Amino acid sequence: MSYTAFHALVKRDLRLFFQDKRAVTMSFVAPILIGSFFGYIFGGVGDSRPPSKIAMAAIDRDGSAISKRVLAALSADPALDVKTRGLEEARDAVKNGKLSVAAVIPKGFGDSATRAFFRPDNKPEIQLLYDPSHGPELQMVRGMLMQHVMEAVSSQAFSGTGSQKTIEDSQRDLAASGLPPNDRQTLSRMLESIDAWNQRQQAGLQANPQAARQSAFSMPYTVKEEAVTARAGVQYNSMAHSFAGMCVQFILFMGIDAGMMVLMQRRTGLWKRLQAAPLSRFTIIGSRAASAAIVAMVIMLVVFGFARVVFGVKVEGSFAGFLGVCLAFAIMTATFGLLVAVLGKTPEATRGIAILVTLLLVMLGGSWVPAFIFPQWLQKVSFAVPTRWAVDGMDGLLWRGWGVHEALAPIGALLAFAAVFGAIAVWRFRWEVEGEA
Amino acid sequence: MLEVTALHKKYGDLVAVDEVSFTAHPGEMIGLLGPNGAGKTTTVSMIAGLLRPDRGEVRIEGDLVRSETDPVKLRIGLVPQEVGLHGELSARENLAFFGALYNLRGKPLQLAIDAALDVAGLADRAKDRVATFSGGMKRRLNLAAALLHAPSILLLDEPTVGVDPQSRNAIFANLEELKRQGKTLVYTTHYMEEAERLCDRIIIIDHGKVIANDSLAAVRRLVPGVNILEIGVENPGREGWLADLRAIECVSAVEWDGAALRVTVQDLLGDSPAVLMWLREHGYRSSHIASQRADLETVFLTLTGRSVRNA
Repeated sequence: MSYTAFHALVKRDLRLFFQDKRAVTMSFVAPILIGSFFGYIFGGVGDSRPPSKIAMAAIDRDGSAISKRVLAALSADPALDVKTRGLEEARDAVKNGKLSVAAVIPKGFGDSATRAFFRPDNKPEIQLLYDPSHGPELQMVRGMLMQHVMEAVSSQAFSGTGSQKTIEDSQRDLAASGLPPNDRQTLSRMLESIDAWNQRQQAGLQANPQAARQSAFSMPYTVKEEAVTARAGVQYNSMAHSFAGMCVQFILFMGIDAGMMVLMQRRTGLWKRLQAAPLSRFTIIGSRAASAAIVAMVIMLVVFGFARVVFGVKVEGSFAGFLGVCLAFAIMTATFGLLVAVLGKTPEATRGIAILVTLLLVMLGGSWVPAFIFPQWLQKVSFAVPTRWAVDGMDGLLWRGWGVHEALAPIGALLAFAAVFGAIAVWRFRWEVEGEA
Repeated sequence: MLEVTALHKKYGDLVAVDEVSFTAHPGEMIGLLGPNGAGKTTTVSMIAGLLRPDRGEVRIEGDLVRSETDPVKLRIGLVPQEVGLHGELSARENLAFFGALYNLRGKPLQLAIDAALDVAGLADRAKDRVATFSGGMKRRLNLAAALLHAPSILLLDEPTVGVDPQSRNAIFANLEELKRQGKTLVYTTHYMEEAERLCDRIIIIDHGKVIANDSLAAVRRLVPGVNILEIGVENPGREGWLADLRAIECVSAVEWDGAALRVTVQDLLGDSPAVLMWLREHGYRSSHIASQRADLETVFLTLTGRSVRNA
């Protein structure tokens, strides 16, 4: 192989790439801009901003102490923006997309809910009106509603001022139930104990209201949340995934352009000059791959450098592992570009299909949205595309704190894809251009 | 010396080049003539190693080109039909790139670039981007890029297409100088006047086959006494009139370019009256009459029955 020629070919490709304003914009500015945008909307830097609230309405048609307590708890929840509306007004607001959910607490809810502990056949029904395009928010509201209703009802039933009536009603319901005598007696004794405990609490309330409140029924657990990242104290930075995803996407686009350049050069006298020179096809193909890989590495260094300086995205894992994944992805991209050049017949016919394939790779790889959102079967399928390995590898090394040994899997997978693509490119490379006679 | 022996190339059922053979010596310029699609470019592509022939061989100074990287290819310079330059790079950068493909570097490369820029007459535009050049300047640089590695054989595939007269003359002067230096030149064109001016030997190709291969004088002798009678006709028109005219016994060929008839006859004095009488009897009016001796265009027309430009 002529290293002078190889060097000249690579230098030529790099020169042409960096002189092409459109290519530079697409490869550097676009991933930075779109990465920043996605990173911001998916959580921003360190997630220190107040989370966006779910807009919902609560309609209290009961007016009981329990329903008022539920409403107060919902309104105090930092994840919710609770508005008071009439039923029809709330329905319209949901229909028009102004509210995600409206919860309707029916008349008699307070009475029915406390008695429903021992009469499960007569449960009150909370109606949830929801915007079908906000499914995840419905799930969240349902969970929070359950928490606040359980707190309010259990507290009211067993520890509030109205508990005596609840216990009397429950004793009657128990007597009328078809439970075996032994079970009835056991439950009845439990209710009597609660009643006795409540009476002592009421007496204590008059003497020391604070102490009584502390001993009231409440949720049997509290939650301590801890984001598991590279190390304790390292905050998750959603920019990391966003920049990884956009880097992968736009570097693949650069790979397509590299392949397109080969296809376009085949139409010109430039290709004839290359063929006429004493160069092997390996020199010509290899130099094209080398220049594409170098450009890909430069793009990643610039884009992640920007993310580091502006958004504080650090490589929390092994830096060598990160460079290894970047290099393996760059090589894979270069061979992907060669594949485009070899399998494509004309630039016009190839560009559309190559972009479509790239977008599929990008979507399946989790560049736009993390792959865990996919259905299970699709998550498994997505390991068959190189982009999934690239995005997972970059994620792992940027914020999950992977070491070198954990980076070996994505590096190996990406190099395996590169080997397959490269082998097909060499196998299908058409040296001769059939043209005019 | 370039030896081409029985080259043959097929694309599917189409025979693009059919047993083409010729030899070109140092200091000789061969004109490869023929209409578009005749097989000229395919022949040149096989000589340059761009295409693998189905049969036949090419020897450069006695050596076969055996592989893509065969050093024998260093002895060949190709000027492709299309301008093979990077518009985004300067003239000097283009030449540096093409020189490096032939393993030139350092001072020898710089000297070769300077010499090539002089040949192209572009020394003062060396740093300008090629995209800013005129068509003629690009063609001159296209030629100069093939000379960097000092090849002994230069293959020129229609190097003057779309070139202004000034640049064309500059290219011709360069080629004549290269011939004087002892280089072997193969020049494909469908411009007969270029071949007449430059080439020592003419090879006429049609449908992939060599139909004539000789010196210009000898090729002209293939059609002895051929003359062209050019008659301006003011009222052409009825369908089939050219066929009727061609049916006159003394007429070899007839062409109509929209204003004038070009009628090929053997004996100018003896045959012209019959043609003129036929036109008069059929009511055609003439604006002018002229005659000329057979040129290469006429030779081609006589040998193939078709004009090289309209084929």
